[in-house]
Amino acid sequence: MPEPVLTFSGVSKAYGPTRAIDALDLAIEAGSFVALVGASGSGKSTLLKTVNRLVEPTTGSVTFDGDDVAGLPLAGLRRRIGYVFQSIGLFPHMSVAENIAIGPRLAGERLPEDRIGKLLEWVELDREMVDRMPDELSGGQRQRVGVARALAAEPQLLLMDEPFGALDPVTRDALGERVRKLHEELGLTTVMVTHDMAEALLLADRVLVMDAGRIVADETPQSLVAGAGGEIAQALVAVPRHQAERLAELSA
Amino acid sequence: MNGMWDALTGLGDQLSAHVILSAAAIALGIAVALPLAVWASRSEKVARASLAFASLVQTIPALALLALFFPILLSLRAVFGEGLPTLGFLPALLALALYALLPILRNAVTAQANLDPGVMEAAAGVGMNFRQRLLLVEAPLAAPYIMAGIRTAAVWTIGAATLATTIGQKSLGDPIFAGLQTQNWVLVLAGCIASAGLALVADTLLGLIERGFRERRRGLWLGGLLVVALGVIAALFAQFGGGDDEDRVVIGAKGFSEQYILARLIGQQLEAEGFAVEYRDGLGSAVAHSAAASGDIDVYVDYTGTIWTNQMKREDNPPRDEMYAQIVEWETEKTGMQVLGRLGFENAYGFAVRTETMQMRGLESIEDLANVAREMTVGGDPEFFERPEWIAVRDAYGLRFAEQRNFSPTFMYNALQSGEADVIGAYTSDGRIEADDLFILDDPRDAFPNYDAVLLLSPEASRDEALVGALRPIIDSIDVAAMREANYSVDREEDKLSFDEAARRLAERAGL
Repeated sequence: MPEPVLTFSGVSKAYGPTRAIDALDLAIEAGSFVALVGASGSGKSTLLKTVNRLVEPTTGSVTFDGDDVAGLPLAGLRRRIGYVFQSIGLFPHMSVAENIAIGPRLAGERLPEDRIGKLLEWVELDREMVDRMPDELSGGQRQRVGVARALAAEPQLLLMDEPFGALDPVTRDALGERVRKLHEELGLTTVMVTHDMAEALLLADRVLVMDAGRIVADETPQSLVAGAGGEIAQALVAVPRHQAERLAELSA
Repeated sequence: MNGMWDALTGLGDQLSAHVILSAAAIALGIAVALPLAVWASRSEKVARASLAFASLVQTIPALALLALFFPILLSLRAVFGEGLPTLGFLPALLALALYALLPILRNAVTAQANLDPGVMEAAAGVGMNFRQRLLLVEAPLAAPYIMAGIRTAAVWTIGAATLATTIGQKSLGDPIFAGLQTQNWVLVLAGCIASAGLALVADTLLGLIERGFRERRRGLWLGGLLVVALGVIAALFAQFGGGDDEDRVVIGAKGFSEQYILARLIGQQLEAEGFAVEYRDGLGSAVAHSAAASGDIDVYVDYTGTIWTNQMKREDNPPRDEMYAQIVEWETEKTGMQVLGRLGFENAYGFAVRTETMQMRGLESIEDLANVAREMTVGGDPEFFERPEWIAVRDAYGLRFAEQRNFSPTFMYNALQSGEADVIGAYTSDGRIEADDLFILDDPRDAFPNYDAVLLLSPEASRDEALVGALRPIIDSIDVAAMREANYSVDREEDKLSFDEAARRLAERAGL
């Protein structure tokens, strides 16, 4: 069994009386693509953010590559972790190239033009786009730049919080597959938060279902489709399955 | 229109002083508002408190805010020592900077609050620390909004800076206040045009910078910034390029014609003796006295009755020479000022009515006035009804008027002519008493004290023998007829003389 790159030990996060995460233990192996699925408010996004300390746990600890993240310098930690999220957050006053190069720039390095071109290629954007401003891009193009920015500093870990939630279905599908390929090519460890079980099943090799701050199912996509994981997980799997069945009926 | 052109071109000195004062106030406003806005963006409490404070300041009329800094700075002398200026540039700067605070702060706080949360999350996500987030993301994104706030502040400040004249700071308010005093509308208009023009230019330039920030055009905002900087540098050079003015004798004047003329007369005498002089015009009575006591002005003309009742808080009314002797002694002891001597005329308060009214109502004295006061409106200058003399006279004769109204000294006479006031608290050396055919009511109960014009020197100035020597010839040289004529020459509607010219003619007539 490969070493876990990420471990959560007894992690809880309380907002007043409500517990967003409830004494959660979890280990994630290097190289895996993990999807965190659950309804809104299940705590999946909060859990993800405890890794790069956008959220500090109330109790418990998160270890990344052997170190407790609470003890790591914040800026350094975040530069080692790629972060992609739904609202993208491109800096509107910076060009595509400047957005992509921001991480290394913060560390006092200049990202070579070549590397920026390469990153754009990875996310299937034209090299000519480097000088564009974010408001000149489509939503899909923006999230592609967002992914390129997350990968610029050669992170080992990629965190994605509803990364494709705001994209149209076609773009969403294409970018999802692209990210899965990059995950393999670059040997990343990827954790993706999504409320879309179909997306989780198709992209991840391990699906965690969360409910009320706990993990209620931890399965491979294959076993989930085969009916494992319990009631909550199966309720989520039922949605795409039902859709697939109706589509099959239509073509019959 | 030639007169207007001359008036405008003569404003170079005031314009450069105005530019420096406004620019310094806005710069100070920015220097305070921006760090406060950054702090406010991290703390809801600070945001609320600082905005509430800035809004509160804004509700204080600019004129009052300027005036308030005189006592504030005076009391701060206990901390910072006697060298702390209480009049002129410093209080004007502080008051205007406070005034400039609100628009800058409000825009900066709003801009911060409205930053896209996604962008802020990304800034944290890529590992920016506090400083990087501020410099790389928040500042550039908020810059156009902050610039818009600075623009508003600049327009306000340039307008309000005209009021700095009243606390002895040179500004484009000088011609406005002086012109208002003498109904010289060309002068008033010139001051207004110059300050409005300055505000427009500043607004345009700052607008250019704002657009540069908004459209991310470096050339535009750098260019705008450069022109603004050049303008301020030019003003600084115009103001201070001509050598230092440490040794200038500062001559104070209260806000009426006689004071402006006498200040010029003193100035011309001193210049003839080789002194460099500057003027602080339009000061309030109390401000002028404290300013001389504190050395912010070196010399000015005051009146015995004013000092007696307002500064010494005396209610008795001794004979002329006795009162004078007591004042000289009191000033020496209490303020260290020297009363150099009497100028030779009196400018008393007296109740003036039109001769027509006098005849119709059969008024000879204030006693007669008391009988009919209930049907009459009394007018006075803005100080008049606050002064102890008024209270003394009111109580001595039991005066109860139907209404009392404030007018600027100049308009008071017009108000009497137009019937908006039936009786006014006039000045006996005023040329308009003769010209308008007014009658001064007798004061049989001696309720008004004497108002002999006296020359006062600040403690420091009184030790300057050359200065004292140069001023001494003015003592006992001006009689009331000469003063009235001089006052009338600047106050009359037609063929007005400038203060300088009136002062020259008065000096000639006085044999100086």
